[in-house]
Amino acid sequence: MSANIQEEKLIPIQAVITEVREDTPDVKTFTVVAKDGGKMFDHMPGQCAMVTMPGVGEAMFSITSSPTQGDFKQFSIKRCGLLTECLHQLEPGQEIGVRGPYGNPFPVDTEFKGKNLLFIAGGIGLAPLHSVINYVRAHREDYGTIDILYGSRSADDLVDYDEIVNEWQKEDGINVYLTIDRPQEGWDGNVGFVPTYLKELAFSADKTAIICGPPIMIKFVLAALIEMGFDKTQVYTTLELKMKCGIGKCGRCNIGTKYVCKDGPVFRCDQIDELPNEY
Amino acid sequence: MYQISIDNLNTLFEKIAAVRSLYMPVKKNDQVNFHKWEEGTEYCKDELKTVKSAKDLFFPQSENIVAFKKEGKKISVETGELPSEKFVLFGVRACDEKSFEILDKVFLSEPADQFYKARRLNGLVVTTACGAPEESCFCTVFGINPAEPKGDVTTWIADGKLFWQANSEEGKAFTEEIKDVFVDGDDSAVEAQKKQIAEIMEKLPLTGLSLEGWNGDVTMEKFNQPQWAELSEACLGCGTCTFVCPTCQCYDVRDYDTGHGIQRFRCWDSCMYSDFTMMAHGTNRPTQLQRFRQRFMHKLVYFPANNDGEYSCVGCGRCVSKCPISMNIAKVIKAFGGDKK
Amino acid sequence: MQKITGLAKKRILELLADGTVTKVLGWVPGDFCYDVTPAYFETAEEVEGMIYDSFCGANLSKYLINGCKTLEEGGKILVLLKPCDTYSFNQLLNEHRIDRDKIYVIGVGCKGMADIEKIKAQGVKGVTKIIDNGDTFEIKTIYGDKTVAKKDVLLEKCLSCKGKEHKAFDEVIDPEPETEQEIKDRFEKVKEVEAMTAEERYNFWSGELSKCIRCNACRNICPACSCMKCVFDNPRSGVASKANTDTFEEKMFHIIRAFHVAGRCTDCGECSRVCPQGIPLHLLNRKFIKDINEFYGDYQAGEEEGQRAPLVNFDFEDVEPSIVEEKGGN
Repeated sequence: MSANIQEEKLIPIQAVITEVREDTPDVKTFTVVAKDGGKMFDHMPGQCAMVTMPGVGEAMFSITSSPTQGDFKQFSIKRCGLLTECLHQLEPGQEIGVRGPYGNPFPVDTEFKGKNLLFIAGGIGLAPLHSVINYVRAHREDYGTIDILYGSRSADDLVDYDEIVNEWQKEDGINVYLTIDRPQEGWDGNVGFVPTYLKELAFSADKTAIICGPPIMIKFVLAALIEMGFDKTQVYTTLELKMKCGIGKCGRCNIGTKYVCKDGPVFRCDQIDELPNEY
Repeated sequence: MYQISIDNLNTLFEKIAAVRSLYMPVKKNDQVNFHKWEEGTEYCKDELKTVKSAKDLFFPQSENIVAFKKEGKKISVETGELPSEKFVLFGVRACDEKSFEILDKVFLSEPADQFYKARRLNGLVVTTACGAPEESCFCTVFGINPAEPKGDVTTWIADGKLFWQANSEEGKAFTEEIKDVFVDGDDSAVEAQKKQIAEIMEKLPLTGLSLEGWNGDVTMEKFNQPQWAELSEACLGCGTCTFVCPTCQCYDVRDYDTGHGIQRFRCWDSCMYSDFTMMAHGTNRPTQLQRFRQRFMHKLVYFPANNDGEYSCVGCGRCVSKCPISMNIAKVIKAFGGDKK
Repeated sequence: MQKITGLAKKRILELLADGTVTKVLGWVPGDFCYDVTPAYFETAEEVEGMIYDSFCGANLSKYLINGCKTLEEGGKILVLLKPCDTYSFNQLLNEHRIDRDKIYVIGVGCKGMADIEKIKAQGVKGVTKIIDNGDTFEIKTIYGDKTVAKKDVLLEKCLSCKGKEHKAFDEVIDPEPETEQEIKDRFEKVKEVEAMTAEERYNFWSGELSKCIRCNACRNICPACSCMKCVFDNPRSGVASKANTDTFEEKMFHIIRAFHVAGRCTDCGECSRVCPQGIPLHLLNRKFIKDINEFYGDYQAGEEEGQRAPLVNFDFEDVEPSIVEEKGGN
């Protein structure tokens, strides 16, 4: 037995931002590759990575891109704190530090296989689902029907809007339902909160639901799904908590007997019921 | 059993210090903590509880993990060296020794923390039995025997002598290196002390604590108990209990601009602090009740559930004597009915 | 002390029963006679478990900040304050941190509070019982009994007691006759440190501050540290406050904190009492108090409600001490 600094998981690898896309007034999507242009590491949809800006800090972000899209990783990041504010200033060519992947992915190759999938997202909550959606699209024959319900505060706040309307919506067998909180000029789609729209759409309960969004949305969506006849074992979500290490040691993301960074962030809703209500 | 007169302890320390760095309980500025032994250092042989526990030697309060340089859009990651100092940690009490076992479960489980692992491999643990336990001691509640601490080497101070017993292969090999300072002889004083310690432990006020009901699948049951409100109402939200605790291992990772680069360091953190789980959009534990509950639930329920029933408390009693408002894990256990005495 | 406890409990029960107060802030005993904990009481049964003895050194006034905020509509909180605690109480009133109308103060008499660390420093170990005999403590331990003089084991703050008079109260319970106590000049050690050479002084403080473990107990107990969010908890402050390093964090944290409470610190001594590493933090505060006294005339923070502190009150007689002045004005 010996110790080796090269195996130290807290040390990030060097990476470079190749593209910055402005999605909404406060969300940007960063495309990142290893410093030599190659792949940083393998990941699966739902997994996360620690992104470092030296001097500002490090935080956990969901990897937005699907491994089927190429060697790069994408992160859709909302500007809301110290580090994200700094990241939003960055331009292509900027080097950053990245380490990962962390956490359990969505069970795309096991439980999801052969299932009809219903994705429900709110605001920046689309980020972790984006990866799953594109993974499923790349292996279309392995899954049943695909419904995507996505809502945001306004039309300007819909992340990945171009991809949604130009790619997802045009694909056979994918139904996309968009909604915004309040009426807006030039918007002829649905207006209303996600849980309300969900009930109106009255999906059959033969689906596996994957949800992510603000805690309050998740709460009401889950209630709506149960009302619609879904069982909690058919519903998956991903949790977000403060993390510092990503490997279940620093103690921050501990809830009950679980560490969200390594036992999650993806949980089936019946598993969440077994956790103290501190998420 | 090997032994050496208490009067000759310096001979032993010189011998050890000649081949390895030597750390032991030493009084500096009126407080006893683990410090490096140097010529003239006085070993506090009667001190049971250094203010900071011995975990500081394996998991120091602050340590640098990586440095960065920034130049325009370029950054470079400057990986340093792992700690390489070979050392002997002398005078560790049974409770602190047990804490290493608990910390190992966290830091040596995959993926292992390399900094901790390096220190563990470099450090030889020499324990000392507790000849005179105090009222705040309750290690026996956690199945620890203060009369027979583990470690690479176990020592007893009795009858004016220090008795030395090597346990592990490393301990035996090290003993070979320094054995000419010892004499061999009768160890009946050790047996007498062991018996005496057991008798004292029986008399101490906290050793009757019972952990019945804490082990097993009790997360929700304990979490929702009303006692937490009363127990936590006077909590100051300081980090004293956490920082004197030998098993608390939560840490923070932060960057510091040194003026000529960025130093990323890891430091102890406390779940009692209001910013522990604070994110840009808020915190999932906004009240001190929640933070207080987290600390004790982790030690008494969550940790054992994940580690074959092993509690993350060793009954050292540091929190018992150091908490500014005298609230501690013993009172928590009692509030849940766990007092047999 | 027992007499006070009995009388206080009786009054508390009356005040709870007639609805004058709805909640009581006092102390509950622990496991070893000396480990009392601040606690709230709401029922007669709970009040029975209350204690007031020679180990109730804790200053309860800061709890009133949260106590006032969380009090139910129309409620009133009764607090037991020792004479020196009332200075902190007044200071909190002056800073509008607590609401006088929501508080009922029972001033309890005090003969000086004991420091268990000092008792243990006398070789006491394995305490099973402590009997308060007025001037002495009879201490029973599993290793034998010992009697110590109370005056030898008083808390640091009690050695320079500010007096037995309550500076704020609704009523006072102090039935026991005053006893003689030698009062130590509270600036004695400050003067000693002042007299050191710069190097000696640096070494003195380095030695003390290097023990700091960043637990923030001094800050969190301090009635003057009542900021909603401390500057040291601000991630944008640029300081690595949790880092245990021999740089800014270690040298400056306590000095800055002393600056922040300068002129507002009542010298309640809680910072030093709670420091797990025994750092004499009160010396920093006393240095500021001594300087303020010398520059602006004697001033005691918290002595009365509504007073104006010299550092926030300008008048034409104010001295303007500066390096320039010290060096002769050139």
